[in-house]
Amino acid sequence: MSRILTLRDALNEAMIEEMRRDENVFLMGEEVAEYNGAYKVSKGMLDAFGPKRVVDTPIAELGFAGIGVGAAMNGLRPIVEFMTWNFAVLAFDQIVNNAAKTVSQSAGEFHCPIVFRGPSGAAGQLAQQHSQTFEAWLANTPGIKVISCIDPHDSKGLLKAAIRDEDPICIMESEIMYGHKGEVPEGEILVEIGKAAVRREGTDVTLVSFNKMVEVCKSAADELAKDGISAEIIDLRTIRPLDIDTIINSVKKTNRIVVVDESWPFAGVSSEVTYNVQKFAFDYLDAPVIRVNSADTSLPYAPTFVEEFLPSPAKIITAVKQVMYR
Amino acid sequence: MAEVVAKAKTGKKPTSRKKSVKKYNKKTWLTWFETMYRIRKFEEKTLLAYSQQKIRGFCHVYIGQEAIGAALVTGIRKEDAVVTAYRQHGVGLSRGLSSDSCMAELFGKKTGCVKGKGGSMHFFSKKHNYFGGNGIVGAQIPIGTGIAFAEQYKGTDNLCVTMFGDGAARQGALYESFNMAMTWKLPVLYICENNGYAMGTSVERTSNVQDLYKIGSAFDMPSEAVDGMDPASVHEAFQRASEHIRSGQGPYYLEIKTYRYKGHSVSDPAKYRTKDELNSYKEKDPVIVVEQKILKDKIASQKEVDEIKKSIVDEINTAYKFADESDYPDGSELYSENYVQEDYPFLT
Ligand SMILES: Cc1ncc(C[n+]2csc(CCOP(=O)(O)OP(=O)(O)O)c2C)c(N)n1
Ligand SMILES: [Mg+2]
Repeated sequence: MSRILTLRDALNEAMIEEMRRDENVFLMGEEVAEYNGAYKVSKGMLDAFGPKRVVDTPIAELGFAGIGVGAAMNGLRPIVEFMTWNFAVLAFDQIVNNAAKTVSQSAGEFHCPIVFRGPSGAAGQLAQQHSQTFEAWLANTPGIKVISCIDPHDSKGLLKAAIRDEDPICIMESEIMYGHKGEVPEGEILVEIGKAAVRREGTDVTLVSFNKMVEVCKSAADELAKDGISAEIIDLRTIRPLDIDTIINSVKKTNRIVVVDESWPFAGVSSEVTYNVQKFAFDYLDAPVIRVNSADTSLPYAPTFVEEFLPSPAKIITAVKQVMYR
Repeated sequence: MAEVVAKAKTGKKPTSRKKSVKKYNKKTWLTWFETMYRIRKFEEKTLLAYSQQKIRGFCHVYIGQEAIGAALVTGIRKEDAVVTAYRQHGVGLSRGLSSDSCMAELFGKKTGCVKGKGGSMHFFSKKHNYFGGNGIVGAQIPIGTGIAFAEQYKGTDNLCVTMFGDGAARQGALYESFNMAMTWKLPVLYICENNGYAMGTSVERTSNVQDLYKIGSAFDMPSEAVDGMDPASVHEAFQRASEHIRSGQGPYYLEIKTYRYKGHSVSDPAKYRTKDELNSYKEKDPVIVVEQKILKDKIASQKEVDEIKKSIVDEINTAYKFADESDYPDGSELYSENYVQEDYPFLT
């Protein structure tokens, strides 16, 4: 039977199901247990599993991320929650220098099946330090896989797949999308890591995006439809490995592409998509690839800055008209 | 958190220290009262403006912790630097930033102390030697240590007050900083504002060591616990500490026991603590206790106290109006002040 679930509840179910399935899975992070999660993603889990498996930590990101890495190397399957990815920057040493390198530097003697998860991206007027995206930062690193998704069904399936995966995985969610609703059937859901989803079929232009910007693309596509422009929307869902085939197949059909990426433009996911499109679909392109990113700046506090900074339906529509020479 | 105020000079066992018995003049008492009353009224207005959605984003108020702000005014020098975390409205005001510029910053207006760019967590003012509010828990601990490093390097006798919460005291950055500061005898006054909680996590749940001043002993850093509900006690601790630091003997660490009356931020209902606990602190409310002391000991007349109160209320109302009527910065200012280089070539 199908149900409507929020992203928050879908993630919650994924963790609970996997913890029931495998007793080596545990959750660790700030406020995850007694407070039920800073954003309530772990609601009820302390009651269900007790303090051995749902562990509140002090504010010590580097320390508990490293404890997760060590535990994973020694047979457990940790889910480490960061209150937001902005704070995970403190833990990048453990993620990048250790989790990502375990298999390589031990020549496969050890591996590190760990999930690092938490919200990423701007979430209102939170100012410079609390408004960043880290998909590109982490996807730059061989050894880890990166997922960024807010669709409740797919997020549940991806999180479950990530917990079962043998490699370290970083999952980016979204503070302001935890209440976002979608259909999630009852029963087992697993979504393959490394596969994009076509969220909407179209014929005139391909919009490639991920995380909450997919919803912004949908609004833009609704507007474009009124103008007779049919946009195909691709949700990457996984950033690394990148599903290039799905993008190329779409571009072969539409011949035009706009990449919509909340991250900064420099050396970002949008650059990577663009590179692959020019390499593998050069002959199919009727216009240069254009991207819509957040501004190449920090995000200050005032509402006027937030508006100026983020991709919006209006900015996407302008970009689409540009690639359509309209 | 008992009334007891313990002192742990290096190596010695903590001893209890009675409440301040020193005499202070009228000016000092009125300064403390005025500062605390300003912070209280400012924060009450902040909460109102937040409920009206004139202030957005994260917002952490200082209500309950005002005695520390008061002592910052009298216990250190204007030339000294201060750096703290995001619970910083009261600290900024204590440094002398105007209520107008702080309220306008909370509203995100271009008349704010940082032109609407920082909001609630990030006031800064070079003029007031205020190195800001920091949103990353613990980040300001090494930064404050570095500010002190620069003072030592330049050969001044200024110090840097480096403030952080009980939650921040669990970050590795603190231990690294304490070690270097002690090794190099840096002029830094570390202040842990122990308000009992880091978001929903009580101090008891984050460490085997609950007396946070004891952290200093691993570094042989002079460390004390101080009653943070009493401005005189905090002031005296600041004076003892700064004398030690200015004499070139290196850092000093104070764990100031305080309490926040409100939730962690405006969105936190604070269900993790009891009403009784909250009330036990409200009974020692520094704003009320100091007012009563001033009147009881006839330090100033009722009329003088009322005048101070009225002028503060007027100041805060004016600040609210000023903030409300100011303009938002233009969106294009997004590109200003990312680099010092003025013609930096941004990607567009
Ligand atoms: C590195 C980092 N981790 C987590 C957070 C989220 N966070 C913000 S405030 C806070 C609690 C800090 O408590 P404490 O240091 O006691 O300061 P208080 O709020 O009590 O003033 C947490 C966990 C953050 N801002 N930065
Ligand atoms: Mg605290």
